[in-house]
Amino acid sequence: MGSWYWWMILGMAVVTYIPRAIPLTFLEGRELPAVVQNVLRNIPYAVLGALIFPAIFFIQENIWFGVIGAIAAFGIAFTGANVMIVVLGSIAVLAVFSLFI
Amino acid sequence: MDRRDFSAGIKAGTSIAIGYFPIALTFGLLAKTTGLSLIEATAMSIFVFAGAAQYISLTLITAGVAPAVVVLNTFVVNIRHFLMTASLNEKMQPDDRWKKALYAFGITDETFSVLATQKGHKLTTAFAAGVILIAYGSWIVFTAIGHLLGANLPQFLQASMSIALYAMFVGLLVPSMRGNRKVVSLAVIAGLINSLFYFTEWLSTGWAIMVSTLASAIFIEWISRKGVKA
Repeated sequence: MGSWYWWMILGMAVVTYIPRAIPLTFLEGRELPAVVQNVLRNIPYAVLGALIFPAIFFIQENIWFGVIGAIAAFGIAFTGANVMIVVLGSIAVLAVFSLFI
Repeated sequence: MDRRDFSAGIKAGTSIAIGYFPIALTFGLLAKTTGLSLIEATAMSIFVFAGAAQYISLTLITAGVAPAVVVLNTFVVNIRHFLMTASLNEKMQPDDRWKKALYAFGITDETFSVLATQKGHKLTTAFAAGVILIAYGSWIVFTAIGHLLGANLPQFLQASMSIALYAMFVGLLVPSMRGNRKVVSLAVIAGLINSLFYFTEWLSTGWAIMVSTLASAIFIEWISRKGVKA
């Protein structure tokens, strides 16, 4: 790659950093209206829903990986296991599954 | 810097580090096949630290797209972080602006999810630093290793590890869902709207996540206000 590559990385770094940094620094010490605060408090759970669905089903071309992985993850999580167990357990379930196909 | 908070952050971020392992490794490998040197590939992970945007950039470089277009695409893919860091700000302990500007660099979908779903009150800067550093370290190191090895994990491991980050999201969401209809509704509605965008291809992934998140968060707030008034 030529020097353009490094200019591109610089550009990518800047435009990735801006959306991360502006809210955290600009909103510091500012009291937002109650409605906005409530909406912002809702964001994490909504984000998780959008990050999980539908992408979890399409982790591999074979859709069964996603379906079984999703069932495993939700199943293990509903037993009250911590996040690490959910992650390792789901990987283990899929590793076993992949031996059978 | 509180050492205990920092270690607790490292611990909370370990599942991200595991989830990044296969993705960063594959990124390093793909970067190599795209023609990037070890330094160039690793530098992108060091300076950009954004999985989806980095993957897309490889596709665009291969297609011979102008660098400015790659930068523009990166911006569009990452606009959703405006929403996440605005939300995270409510959760973080007040601190010097320069410190917040520093850790803001490390906010990804994954570090945001881990931070924003922590139980209890305000999070310290030290805790955030712990979560971010272990995630960032994993991303950089495994990018480099992927490039150096120039080979992927055995197929069964690659396939089964691709669930890791999603399993982590599930593991973060489910404890809050129990006995809380609001959390369930927020996640389900956002997931449904996002699925609609996915299958209709009305919006690209970055926009789709942002719009479905915002729509769900506003809708549920609106419903619960009406509920209070009635």
